[in-house]
Amino acid sequence: MARSTSKDAQDLFRALWSAYSATPTNLKIIDLYVMFAVFTALIQVVYMALVGSFPFNSFLSGVLSCVGTAVLAVCLRIQVNKENKEFKDLAPERAFADFVLCNLVLHLVIMNFLG
Amino acid sequence: MAASDASNVASFRNAFGGVLSFFILILIGVLAFSIRLFSVIKYESVIHEFDPYFNYRVTQYLVKSGIYDFWNWFDDRTWYPLGRVIGGTVYPGLTLTAGTLWKILNSLNIPLSVETVCVFTAPIFSAFASWATYLLTKEVKGTGAGLTAAVLLAMVPSYISRSVAGSYDNEAVAIFALIFTFYLYIKTLNTGSLFYATLNAIAYFYMVCSWGGYTFIINLIPMHVLLCIITGRYSSRLYIAYAPLVVLGTLLASLVPVVGFNAVMTSEHFASFLVFIIIHVVALVYYIKGILSPKMFKVAVTLVVSVGLAICCAMIAVLIAVVASSPTKGWSGRSLSLLDPTYASKYIPIIASVSEHQPPTWPSYFMDINVLAFLVPAGIIACFSPLSDASSFVVLYIVTSVYFSGVMVRLMLVLAPAACIMSGIALSQALDVFTRSIKFQLPNLLGLSPSIDEGDASSDNAVAPNDVVKTDKSEDTTKERVSRKSKKKEKEQVEKPVSKSQVKKRLLVLPLEASVIAIFLLILLAAFYVVHSVWAAAEAYSAPSIVLTSRSHDGLHVFDDFREAYAWLRHNTEVDDKVASWWDYGYQTTAMANRTVIVDNNTWNNTHIATVGTAMSSPEKAAWEIFQSLDVKYVLVVFGGLVGYPSDDINKFLWMVRIGGGVFPHIKEPDYLRDGQYRIDSMATPTMLNCLMYKLSYYRFVETDGKGFDKVRHTEIGKKYFKLTHFEEVFTTHHWMVRIYKLKPPRNRIRGKVKKSKSKSSTKTVSKRRGTRRNPF
Repeated sequence: MARSTSKDAQDLFRALWSAYSATPTNLKIIDLYVMFAVFTALIQVVYMALVGSFPFNSFLSGVLSCVGTAVLAVCLRIQVNKENKEFKDLAPERAFADFVLCNLVLHLVIMNFLG
Repeated sequence: MAASDASNVASFRNAFGGVLSFFILILIGVLAFSIRLFSVIKYESVIHEFDPYFNYRVTQYLVKSGIYDFWNWFDDRTWYPLGRVIGGTVYPGLTLTAGTLWKILNSLNIPLSVETVCVFTAPIFSAFASWATYLLTKEVKGTGAGLTAAVLLAMVPSYISRSVAGSYDNEAVAIFALIFTFYLYIKTLNTGSLFYATLNAIAYFYMVCSWGGYTFIINLIPMHVLLCIITGRYSSRLYIAYAPLVVLGTLLASLVPVVGFNAVMTSEHFASFLVFIIIHVVALVYYIKGILSPKMFKVAVTLVVSVGLAICCAMIAVLIAVVASSPTKGWSGRSLSLLDPTYASKYIPIIASVSEHQPPTWPSYFMDINVLAFLVPAGIIACFSPLSDASSFVVLYIVTSVYFSGVMVRLMLVLAPAACIMSGIALSQALDVFTRSIKFQLPNLLGLSPSIDEGDASSDNAVAPNDVVKTDKSEDTTKERVSRKSKKKEKEQVEKPVSKSQVKKRLLVLPLEASVIAIFLLILLAAFYVVHSVWAAAEAYSAPSIVLTSRSHDGLHVFDDFREAYAWLRHNTEVDDKVASWWDYGYQTTAMANRTVIVDNNTWNNTHIATVGTAMSSPEKAAWEIFQSLDVKYVLVVFGGLVGYPSDDINKFLWMVRIGGGVFPHIKEPDYLRDGQYRIDSMATPTMLNCLMYKLSYYRFVETDGKGFDKVRHTEIGKKYFKLTHFEEVFTTHHWMVRIYKLKPPRNRIRGKVKKSKSKSSTKTVSKRRGTRRNPF
């Protein structure tokens, strides 16, 4: 049983890898960006667990900044992905402009909240 | 637009319809504004009731001192000796809005007073709210439904009751913010645009600024997202509409001082985080499903999903542990009383004592939303055919708001927009069907009788008997119908060439006579609704409750006693004198008399209020001691017995006893009741007849008519002739509605023998110890 699942898992990962490697480069860059943001958020959470959350607003703005960035990047990725038929008539430039605007608002708020 | 030859005509008609609906919208705005002016016309341009006076005072301060002083404002005029940090405990949306409005107007050289701006803020924003309703309903069911819903909202009595000119309260702007936030959410959901998602978060920010009811939004939207996921309607648009809103919304909410870290710490917000996690898991699953072959996906399900579920479970466990560790499970009292309607009456008498926190009665539904109550079911049915993301949101909105309005009469206000949207949809669909069938049969009066689809017919039957209202001024009605007709024409022209069978299926043709009669009935009931709304706006909801009127056989009487009393206080007392009264009159006293009060309508300190309640329900001497320890100089009571004003302090007295007894157990409610009955006549208990409230209310009352007949309680009072030893009457207004007493200064010489004074002093120390127990300050 365990062996079969591990074999399945290996198959699965291979299939995933092959499917993923077919994605366009710009999407891969976005993915990297998302991974980086999530990783930064995780570091902050670990730091908080070790050291404490005293300036709570700083911690909150740090983590939410990373999470927000990741979420917005995911949204951008959804919109510029050619396979998503829903967003066919949305130009990538428009999507990027929206993304920049949203990020601007997000980080203005965060700078305000950082205290 | 599909048909090429008709496309020109169609686009022309489209433009015409656009212009027409624009003008109708302007008319709706004017209607919404002007229907709320009854209070100004019938009375005068004053701020109403209790809370608006506080908001007015805050706005004055903001305008005078600027925004930074406003945030740091420590108010020493209230909750003496504690004071209150206004900047950090008030929802600033309304104040900032009115302040900005005033600044803009002044910079345009339009010199309005702050009071005028405050009085007219609510009507202006109700016009905005009806436009927002138009936008929201248009996203759900198209322009016709949008216009109808906007008209309905412009004159729904429930909303009028909170937004007449002068009712300068948080709800005035909050309802607009609520509807607009919902509109932007739906818009984002329909378009999947990040731009609208940003706007949505900002609108949510405005809502958080203006009203505590924002928790309704932050729970309703996750519920809708969850519903979509469970019913398999997940789409990437849903992700774009929800995920940025949570992150940005949480950050923005914690910028508002009164919310602060509550935005991440209290249970009201946890639902949104939970759904935030769930939507990420779901998004990942859909993504993997997209890039894998079905067979491999099956394998993946067993791995990825189970791992994801495990993480979710862990998260939930952590959340529950965090929540359970806090004493009230992280919920604030008001929210708990929403989830468990009996909670407040059991544990928090101060919430239960407010009349607008009571559950509503059935007639109040008819009073407040009138015929809309019957149209709502039809609207729900219309939303289910066809069910889209947007219409499922509206259905969820109405279901939850019906529940909440059933718990607290105040939340009828949240129900009103939902009811308007639903009724707008129902009405416009019904009119659609009827006018279409008339138009279809008029040119060829032969009984063609196209086949009627079974399912549609049944749903139509459900709609037809229910549809009731077409509300409008008659001109609006005709115009609107015209616009809808023109729209329908083009729709038909578009549809006809597409496929004949489809057209036949879509056209549910009713008999000509039936539809004519039905339309007639609709307009009749619409007229009924309009009449009722105008009546409600003019008669029921316009009274400022600062100035009262009564109509009797010898003409109109105006009771302006409150302002008389507050003006007396302002002109005849020292600036630093403290005035004690029941908390209802705290805001008015600080705003109108500019004197320091002990408690006010911001009921944040139960003990303090209980102290005042205890003083009011104690005998004269004990009450005098309590007031003396609070440095009180004047006591103000409201008494309606002479003119029959029912909401006076004697009628509120049992709440004082209850709240006082909740903290100081020597005050017992049964002492004030004779056989469970609250009475003030000769059968009343001695405790009742000797308590301070009774004495202050009925002092010298017998001199008015010789008998002491109380017109509110319809009895003769129990104890008619008595003297006050520790208080002296300094002012009583024209109709005796407000009576002001001054505390006599303590005697500087104790009469009697030394022994007696010793024993007295020993009892005094006892009572003093009790006194300190009573007054922790």
